[in-house]
Amino acid sequence: MKKAATYHKKLSASTENLSLVRNFVSSQAKKHGFTEGQINDIRLAVDEACTNVIKHAYSYDDTKDFNIDLNFNRNGVSIEIIDFGIGFDPTKYEVPNLQERIKQKKRGGVGIFLIQSLMDELSYDSDGDKNVIRMIKYRN
Amino acid sequence: MKSFKIERRKNNGYEVVDLYGELDAHTASQLEETLQQLINNRKANIIVNFQKLDYIASAGLGVFMAYIEDVRSIGGDIKLTNMNSKVYNVFDLLGFPTLYDILDDEEKAVKKFLKEK
Repeated sequence: MKKAATYHKKLSASTENLSLVRNFVSSQAKKHGFTEGQINDIRLAVDEACTNVIKHAYSYDDTKDFNIDLNFNRNGVSIEIIDFGIGFDPTKYEVPNLQERIKQKKRGGVGIFLIQSLMDELSYDSDGDKNVIRMIKYRN
Repeated sequence: MKSFKIERRKNNGYEVVDLYGELDAHTASQLEETLQQLINNRKANIIVNFQKLDYIASAGLGVFMAYIEDVRSIGGDIKLTNMNSKVYNVFDLLGFPTLYDILDDEEKAVKKFLKEK
């Protein structure tokens, strides 16, 4: 198992890059000894957070970029997703009522709930220009 | 990268949609087109077979959320089958099992459709 380490990736805001994002986080989490179940959780949570950035922060404008930072340590991994678009606070999101959403034929808004369910900690910072979603997954 | 693919076939007269690869915000529009086409052609009894699907994100689940009412309003249903545990967990987290028929295999979906006739 590798010791503490930090990895960065900068990507353009295109949904085409989501598979790259997933491969990046899964392969690093694997190298750092996370279980298969934990890797699945991390991969989906990061995919959902990046999808929100591409869709909501940048409205699918692929001339814009976002960053992913992974910080592994003994306890777990802290992941930051950083964008410079329209801010959205994922920690102030209500639990979706699936039945209501189906009736209204609404399809969105469940990604944040998934992130909250899959990760151990979720926080959000915005200074008006820069938005940072930070999530943590512990090893135990 | 495992690319996403959709294939269509029939089983006992029911429409079967086979999903392959990874279903995310990039590939969900392909599934949307397929379901839209089936609904436009009044093909309402649909089985979606997940056997070869390795991964799903909420954009994929969103397609089922968006179209289930349309399908049920023309007297049909979308039944979901053959999910691996990783994919099933995502549906389960969002509460799908209480609102959708999620079955172990395609034959169970066929039997259920026959019973509902």
